[in-house]
Amino acid sequence: MSAVAGANPRNFELLPKGDANGGELLEISMGPHHPSTHGVFRMDVVLDGEKVVKLKPVFGYLHRNHEKIAEGTSYLASMPYTDRLDYFCSMTNNWAYALSVEKLAGLTVPERAEYIRVIMAELTRVLNHICLIGFFVQDMGALGTPLMYAFRERERILDLFEELTGARMMCNYLRFGGVRCDVSESWLKRAGEEVVKLESFMDEFEQLVAQNEIVMARTQGIGVLPRELAINASITGPMLRASGVNYDVRKVDKYGIYDRFEFKIPLGEHGDLYDRYMIRVLEMRESVKILKQALRDIPDGPIMDSKAKLRGFRPKPGEAYGRIESPKGELGFYLISDGSPNPYRYRVRPPSFINLTILEDMCLGQRVADAVIILGSVDIVLGEVDR
Amino acid sequence: METLEQIKARIESAVPGAVITILPNESPSGQLSLLLSNSQALAVAKFLRDDSALCLDYCSNMTGVDWPELVIKNKVKKKVMFEGVEKEVEETLETVRPPYLEAVYHLYSMAKKHGPVIIRTRTEDRGAKNHVPSLTPIWRGCEFQEREAYDLFGIVFDGHPDLRRILMWDEFKDHPMRKDYVEPDDYEYEPTPHDEVVEKVKARQAKEVAP
Repeated sequence: MSAVAGANPRNFELLPKGDANGGELLEISMGPHHPSTHGVFRMDVVLDGEKVVKLKPVFGYLHRNHEKIAEGTSYLASMPYTDRLDYFCSMTNNWAYALSVEKLAGLTVPERAEYIRVIMAELTRVLNHICLIGFFVQDMGALGTPLMYAFRERERILDLFEELTGARMMCNYLRFGGVRCDVSESWLKRAGEEVVKLESFMDEFEQLVAQNEIVMARTQGIGVLPRELAINASITGPMLRASGVNYDVRKVDKYGIYDRFEFKIPLGEHGDLYDRYMIRVLEMRESVKILKQALRDIPDGPIMDSKAKLRGFRPKPGEAYGRIESPKGELGFYLISDGSPNPYRYRVRPPSFINLTILEDMCLGQRVADAVIILGSVDIVLGEVDR
Repeated sequence: METLEQIKARIESAVPGAVITILPNESPSGQLSLLLSNSQALAVAKFLRDDSALCLDYCSNMTGVDWPELVIKNKVKKKVMFEGVEKEVEETLETVRPPYLEAVYHLYSMAKKHGPVIIRTRTEDRGAKNHVPSLTPIWRGCEFQEREAYDLFGIVFDGHPDLRRILMWDEFKDHPMRKDYVEPDDYEYEPTPHDEVVEKVKARQAKEVAP
């Protein structure tokens, strides 16, 4: 058995046909329709008893060639479509796209719009992490209750989005050089109240899960991702920071106005499942800190760059790569313009797609039930993986 | 971080035989890129990752770009002597950009927290000579992204450990992100009750039977 666990994961053909006990290896196909795969995602798993000796992720079931479609429409017409990439976090998807186009065309963003963007992005981060923890606990077998707690809070944030943008999930809120509509005083007041409520919910939710004996037994020391591999495999977001790498695009690039807020980057030590869970808990608390500062400091003023054109928008020929820290990792857009109203090349750098690169490395030698929660901790959304 | 000229000079002194061109970018983003020669691309990539001053240990984004053959028309004003009088005449100069596929890598440094350095490699053409060296041995994060570029653009990455289609199914023939890709009229070869589609399918089936 030890020979199998230490073998080069890429040379499966070299593996012995049977397992150590003279039995046979079992190949099963988990998915594409499986409650643990969070969408239409398939894992080709080879098992020796309960141990995973090979795992190949298979996806593309939801592929609609988002990039090709975007090349066929104008820049602005792709904005609502970015909502559909990672359908939990439409606001951050909008932001990444708007940021890249602003780099490409040299637009600036007014102060008030920057604050609104930060508020939206941090609400999205809280929403995403709450849901992720709900799903994560559900993957471990706590069916129903924790997820419903999480969804109750998510619903409150979605109500805020709905009041402002008219849509709960597909917000289509940002524009190149600003945001679509202004926030009202009453909305800001309500958002402030919700943020306070979120804080007490986090205490409650953390108490429910963090010290739970079963959670600790299932997650500590499982699915370890070493620091060097995480960097080399371009892992980003909470996955990377759980492995102890201090890299957050909010701090590194300081895009928008993130240099004005006081917040910390939580770091993990072991890179196991428990760290990945805990990073998200701590990140939510930092997001609440940012939210409080942003809601306190938001100034009056315009919400759109006066130079920005919605109609007849034609950036000069050239290219730009813009990236933000989305809740799942680094979300980037790479755009090439040839001076026409449509982008010549439109590329999404999907964080959950790239974070799947090391799924096999984390699962090898673990039990098949752990492979399910390891996948859960990667935090994928198939709308973004398949595009 | 050093300027691109400095990086270029240092690469050329460290990797013998490497041919590097700095590509312009007129956009306000000002992100210039380095075009690498295919034969030395892997060595250059290794240098960029391991060099202590650059330390580009993180390949953020890898993607392909399709550049089909293009006739670029430039209007040039020219002075001609016409019947003893000097006249200004506009002349159209045509230059042909040869077709190629391009692989683009956006590199950052997690250790030094700088970037991006953009490197590019190009295939010889869009037909059979569509090979570029794979940089997956240097940055593992390119693994799935190079598979995607292979799948959607048809760039073959030499040295990739597991080069298969990733988003399209294995039996799929074409490369959908190429500019000249024509989508089939009906993916599943099942006529749908819409007249337009039925007409298209009939036309295609007639064409398939004829020769």
